[in-house]
Amino acid sequence: MTLDFNHIQAAHCENGVTTSLLRHSGVQQITEPLAFGIGAGLFFVYIPFLKINNGPVIAFRTLPGLIFNRTCKALDIPVVRKKFYSKEAAEKFLNERLAEGHPVGCQVGVYYLPYFPKEYRFHFNAHNIIVFGSEDGNYHVSDPVMEGTNILSPYELERVRFAKGALAPKGQLYYPKENKPVTDEQIKRGIISGIKKNAFNMLMPGPIAGINGITFIGKRIKKWRDKLGPKEAGLYLAQLVRMQEEIGTGGGGFRYIYGAFLQEAHPYTKQDELLEIAQTFTTSGDLWRTAAVHAAGIYKGRLGTQADFDTMGDYLLEIAEIERTAFKALKNIKWQ
Amino acid sequence: MKKQDVPQDLSALGKITKEVCYATDDTGKYTTQLSDGWDVKITALDKAWEEIGDRVNIAKQKVLNGEASPLLFFMEKGLMDVKLVAEYTGFWQWQVKRHLKPDVFKSLSDKKLQKYAEVFNVSVNDLQNMNFNDA
Repeated sequence: MTLDFNHIQAAHCENGVTTSLLRHSGVQQITEPLAFGIGAGLFFVYIPFLKINNGPVIAFRTLPGLIFNRTCKALDIPVVRKKFYSKEAAEKFLNERLAEGHPVGCQVGVYYLPYFPKEYRFHFNAHNIIVFGSEDGNYHVSDPVMEGTNILSPYELERVRFAKGALAPKGQLYYPKENKPVTDEQIKRGIISGIKKNAFNMLMPGPIAGINGITFIGKRIKKWRDKLGPKEAGLYLAQLVRMQEEIGTGGGGFRYIYGAFLQEAHPYTKQDELLEIAQTFTTSGDLWRTAAVHAAGIYKGRLGTQADFDTMGDYLLEIAEIERTAFKALKNIKWQ
Repeated sequence: MKKQDVPQDLSALGKITKEVCYATDDTGKYTTQLSDGWDVKITALDKAWEEIGDRVNIAKQKVLNGEASPLLFFMEKGLMDVKLVAEYTGFWQWQVKRHLKPDVFKSLSDKKLQKYAEVFNVSVNDLQNMNFNDA
């Protein structure tokens, strides 16, 4: 049985799942940028003492699960979210929801995801997909980063739902509890609370997160060559670029999606300054990509002097100041 | 980024699906554009796999030298550490560490080998002989 469900391709998996599930439950206005912005998805964190895939932990977005939860909360939509100890119970619960007509969001690991190219199958457990039906004992799956839908056998689905390691999904699934439309006024309030939350998160004190985190990594990068040696420093930069640009960010480490969000927020809020600040995020996204090209010069071996690392660090310091200005402007908006 | 500047360098993912990028039109308004990939991130990913390849080769040599069991080779190949292998197989970490010794590994029961084989997506025979089919 397959539900009447529209697959929507998105840049980022959780944005995509949130958009598709909310559309399905009657929220006609929702788009990927709105889901990302209302969910206050933009972030930056650099944790030098934690390692992932032998490189430092760098993230350009909030923790998994938050975008869906925040967006639904802002729009007064109750959420069901559940983890499981038993694989059988996880499958049974999913089947029951499908029988009731609920498409279901699932957190999964990509390591055993058969339709992903093998080059992308790392032990990354914060991927999100929607299961929207079953047929001949297999499941129909809508993966927002893919152009089309896919089919998983029960074994394949169980394996990715119960992937192990950091952020293990534990069969986690989620969906909006009720189908109900929301008003433009609710969207507007969601936009305002999302912007406030995002400005707060990016301007937070402390050295490793938000804008301060970008300044921090900018300064650190200048020391990477001496501290790590050219080879490892190159690997660290490659890690930065992957986190910034790999499938899911829409380019420029989510900055472009955020710019799109501010533009889409304009008709709801009628705040003209949003359009100007959106342009600032375009500038910032462009600069992130210029920095990525420079980083590639280093890890390809075309560049590699200390001056090249200094330039790389300076790019990030410049980005930090641009985004600091942008978030301060967002924080200071007098909402009508 | 302007819509027409969205890179179209064919990546491993691009062969399976194009990805959504956000870019601006001539008036600065955002829109989406599908992309085949971008050379800058293709090389970043290649770099990560080169590093993994080096680690796999070192592991392979250790197994051939009799310093480690084939388990080490498959762990490196599968991007896993002892903790993760323990979680997937249900063994304790100390057991996995013990199984990294060639003599201990040779004496493992079929049942235990089968657990490793499933995690690494290979047959027991391939597991014992360090055969890996990349396809």
